[in-house]
This record gives sequence, C-alpha cells and structure tokens, in this order.
Amino acid sequence: MAEVKESPLKKVCIICAKGTIEDVYATLVMANGAVMEGIEAKLFFTFFGLDAITKKQMKKIKTATVGNPAMRAPGGLPFPTILGILPGVEAGVSAMMKSQMYKLDIPPVDEFLEMITAGGGEIYACKLAMDMFKLEKEDLHDEVKDVLTVGDFYAMCGGENTQIIFT
Amino acid sequence: MATKNYAGQSVEVNEEGYLVDASQWNRDIAAEMAKEEGIELTEKHYEVLEFLRNANEKGETLTIRRVGKSGIVDIKGLYKLFPGGPLKFSSKFAGIPKPASCV
Repeated sequence: MAEVKESPLKKVCIICAKGTIEDVYATLVMANGAVMEGIEAKLFFTFFGLDAITKKQMKKIKTATVGNPAMRAPGGLPFPTILGILPGVEAGVSAMMKSQMYKLDIPPVDEFLEMITAGGGEIYACKLAMDMFKLEKEDLHDEVKDVLTVGDFYAMCGGENTQIIFT
Repeated sequence: MATKNYAGQSVEVNEEGYLVDASQWNRDIAAEMAKEEGIELTEKHYEVLEFLRNANEKGETLTIRRVGKSGIVDIKGLYKLFPGGPLKFSSKFAGIPKPASCV
C-alpha cells in the first residue's frame, strides 16, 4: 500500500465494548497490525468486551447465531435465525470460526494479547464496567496493564496523528 | 520499478524498496538495506532473514507468529531486532516480497 509520507499515523486508541468473536478479533487484529507497523496502540476493553481479557471467559468467546443477518451456512446457504437458537449451534459455529482463523495463523485470544504487548501495545480495562460486572484486577489476564477510568484513557489518547477507534 | 545500488551491486526494487528478484540477494545488500532504516545487522538478524527466505521459497504464509515459533527468536525479540516493523523490515532485508499478512 502507498504510504502517506507527510503525516503518518502515530497512535491508535482502540475501544472494544462487545464480547463476540468478531468484535474482539477486530480489535486484536487492528491493534496487532498497528504495532507491527510501528504505530503505538492502546486498547481499552469495556462492557462485554471485558470477556476478552477476563481469564475465565477469554477462551469461550462466541459468535452470535441469533440476530446476525450476515450469518450463513458453509457454501453461502441461508442460515435461518431459528436454527441459531438450537442447543450447541452457537458453540459449533464459534468453533468453526476459530478453526478457520487458526488456519490463517491467527492465535487464540490470550496469545494474541501477548503478541500485542510484545510489540509494545498496552491493554487496559474499564473501571466502571469492572465494578458493574464485579471483577477484580486478578480476574484479568496478566497482559492487562491497568484498570482505568474513561478520563485516564482519554489522557493517553493525546498527541499528533492519534486516532480513536471504536470497534 | 526502479534500480538501486546496494553494496556495489545494481538490483531491481519495487516502489516500496523490496527486491523484485529474491535471487539477487546477498548478505551485503541486506546490511545496506538495514542501515537505511538505522538497523545494524547481527548474526541473529541473519538467522531470521535466512528463516524467512527458506519459508518464502516453500511458499509458506509469513506472519510474526510463524517467526516467533521458529525457535530463533520469540516475538518480543523479533520486535527488538527489527524495531517498528518486525515483518515489514525483516522481509525487506531478506530480499523477499512484503508478506500480504495482517498478523
């Protein structure tokens, strides 16, 4: 891709508020892609996005099989929402999504967090959401640097050529 | 397409400075390319470059995770060797095409 030489992006601050596979991975892929390009990355997980950095939940994130109009069966066949409510369907679909990603060398969530911090990316949790879900810092993955208020996070988002991204 | 002179050798590079023909590569060219980015190549760097060249020859998809599992260096170490572009710079100095990979 052609680079914008005059004013390259320097920092991205990415906020993840949802806990589905696609929301969490969008966040992780974008953050990792940033540090790989030498762009500073700060991640802020809030609300259901906290599942991605909570030890108990991070290996269990799923894709919604109900209320997801883009959801299709293999081969592009329609996938009626009514099928999505059947027991095991959500787990099966999610396992399939994950296996497809692993084939492309996209790691599980915990390893992905480690890849991002290895590149200098920083991972934070939202204090308000932590209080809401009754979570403590110990419940979070070791790569989480701190628990912040929104104000603390905004304070990190200053500087030239910084973008805030809400996934 | 442009021609560039590295270590007394004229090589063809694309618009991003990657070698067009991987077989034109040698260690001296790599060292000069790295110098342009302010990186002094050590034996460890060359081990990574050789790994990438071999993997590329076999047609493997290159990712930082793949390099991290090579046994040469972990991902943190890879960032230290090639600051600001663990895959972007290492593949460039290895004389192979820039990997079309997001991880």
